Amino acid sequence: MVGYLQGLGARSLGMFERLGRGAVFFINILLCIPSVLVRPRLLVAQLHSVGVLSFSLIVVAGLFVGMVLALQGFYTLSDFGAEGMLGVMVAASLVRELGPVVAALLFAGRAGSALTAEIGLMKATEQLSGMEMMAVDPVARIMAPRFLAGLLSMPILATLFSAVGILGGYFIGVGLLGIDEGGYWSQMQAKIDFNQDIMNGLIKSIVFGWVVTWIAVFEGYDAIPTSEGVSRATTRTVVHSAFAVLLLDFILTALMFGDI
Amino acid sequence: MTENKPLIKIRDVHFSRGSKLIFDGVNMDIQRGKVTAIMGPSGTGKTTLLKLIGGQLRPSKGSIEVDGRDVHKLRHAELYKLRKRMGMLFQSGALLTDISVFDNVAYPLREHTKLPETMIRHLVLMKLQAVGLRGARDLMPSELSGGMARRVALARAIALDPMMIMYDEPFTGQDPISMGVLVQLIKVLNDALGLSSIVVSHDVQETCAIADYVYLVSNGKVVDHGSPADLAQSESQWSQQFMQGMADGPVPFHYAAREYASDLLGVNE
Amino acid sequence: MHISRSIEILVGFFVAMGFVAMFFLSMEVSNLGGLNGDEGYEVTASFENIGSLKVRAPVSIAGVKIGRVTAINFDSESFEALVTMQIESKYDQLPSDSSASILTAGLLGEQYIGLEAGGEDELLQQGSMLELTQSALVLEQIIGQFLFSSDSEDE
Ligand SMILES: Nc1ncnc2c1ncn2[C@@H]1O[C@H](COP(=O)(O)OP(=O)(O)O)[C@@H](O)[C@H]1O
Ligand SMILES: [Mg+2]
Repeated sequence: MVGYLQGLGARSLGMFERLGRGAVFFINILLCIPSVLVRPRLLVAQLHSVGVLSFSLIVVAGLFVGMVLALQGFYTLSDFGAEGMLGVMVAASLVRELGPVVAALLFAGRAGSALTAEIGLMKATEQLSGMEMMAVDPVARIMAPRFLAGLLSMPILATLFSAVGILGGYFIGVGLLGIDEGGYWSQMQAKIDFNQDIMNGLIKSIVFGWVVTWIAVFEGYDAIPTSEGVSRATTRTVVHSAFAVLLLDFILTALMFGDI
Repeated sequence: MTENKPLIKIRDVHFSRGSKLIFDGVNMDIQRGKVTAIMGPSGTGKTTLLKLIGGQLRPSKGSIEVDGRDVHKLRHAELYKLRKRMGMLFQSGALLTDISVFDNVAYPLREHTKLPETMIRHLVLMKLQAVGLRGARDLMPSELSGGMARRVALARAIALDPMMIMYDEPFTGQDPISMGVLVQLIKVLNDALGLSSIVVSHDVQETCAIADYVYLVSNGKVVDHGSPADLAQSESQWSQQFMQGMADGPVPFHYAAREYASDLLGVNE
Repeated sequence: MHISRSIEILVGFFVAMGFVAMFFLSMEVSNLGGLNGDEGYEVTASFENIGSLKVRAPVSIAGVKIGRVTAINFDSESFEALVTMQIESKYDQLPSDSSASILTAGLLGEQYIGLEAGGEDELLQQGSMLELTQSALVLEQIIGQFLFSSDSEDE
């Protein structure tokens, strides 16, 4: 029993210690961001590997999520004779929740794990130490551009996800199920508020981009420099990012939409 | 500067990893313009020592002075300035895998100088020529053999014309020809560029062939030191065992264990 | 470090797609597209009961959407709801004696304001007040009335 408690204590202490190191690391990254802005090429290269390479996944996923939403929504709404609300339902679910959340989960799997593996392997093959000994700060040259690229890519990807999903819902709702085209858009416009819905969704996606990229870059930087260590760190990135995104989504939703 | 003042002074350095004590009071002097070898069995902390000198790790006690400055009392910017004058060749080469050989060698130049691209090209080709790999400039690091990767890393380490280079096990895992090439390169670069070199190794023969002075390290302490000729004559049994590669001696063949017979019989203590 | 042109182009395309998607969400999906900024003119109407009318509900005439509700306030002197609505400036030919009623889209649908044109030559303009209004039908009241009247028939 005492041993169990001791184990629990040790684990929570370890967790806080890691959290602390993660916070210090994050501040270091922030301090290095000006040096990235001076060298935009570093950022462009990372926007490519973090953002562009996630593009197709996000577009395809967004399209299908939108189409499924329309199919499922139609059967429920038509029971109440409210098929006209399909556009609203699809758009509201995507813009407020599914766009930011699903895009962030996919982003963690696609780009986050790749970031952790890349940085972890750079550490394992002594590339980071090598840079330090060349008097080049790896936080400024490797971590900060990747972090910034993730932070910028995530809102773009989430916005794309929602937009493509709404088009997917349109194809199914109007094209396949035959609801009124004008109604699909005008109901949407009547119900979706720019500040309340679109902007809040955007804020969510920025927060998710921040937390996922932070976790991914830190896990890579903090990985045990062996193949096993890197593989564990990669798994942790995906799992922790998913938890963090879902938890933050709950908190943000409560803050943003709680008083409605 | 005074010629006889050592480049690196290591005084009473203690360092541990977790509960494991790695250095327990190490003292060394690394002379300018010389090739100094640090030898010892695997896992004694030779790499760790180089990282302490480079300021990547911090000793729990003691001091390391490089060119008259205490590495661990420098501020970040000063440490980075000092590192520009320290080259280090990592065991694996530590080349950046996403850029070509040419860009790897050019990397420190582009980071730390504002030289025009034509000048960088000249310098890079010069350094690559020195290690005999000018023809490999367009290859990616993954296309290089281990020995070639180390030579490219060497070209990169001398790109900024440092005052010293630290070699971490440069010979390990090399075929006899690459090994010969590297031995030759270390000596030639040391003499031609007026560098000071620290070679960490456990390849006794090759290292002794080029070293001016040797430190033997084991169990967190300097066990013996002197010129290669001195050490060959040393009375220390440990030195004899290490230098001649005998299986048993002061360093036991067996990892610490309990009595063989009782272990086999499965008697619990 | 050299970055190839194609990577730069792809990144440019990626960022541009992000802007296109954002533009689409603001203009086609949300209410930013409905009203072109603050153009148009505002008229008010007071209702005894607005039911569940919400800000941003559509205002239509003959089934055509011509504006939306921008504010709902309670007038503490008349104890009525004061509804402000914004009408797009292209619909500026509405007679000043038009009437406003609160209607429901479908059985369970959203409530909106329906205008009905009057006959005066004078036109509605910024700040006009609609005099003729009809409140929302509140389901409970209708049911109550129905029960009440059927009760009295029984007797
Ligand atoms: N990052 C690390 N974390 C914990 N222990 C380490 C780490 N790196 C090395 N060690 C331990 O420190 C000791 C010395 O390692 P090292 O300096 O690499 O030895 P050498 O280079 O002489 O073979 C080894 O016992 C190793 O297990
Ligand atoms: Mg080593």
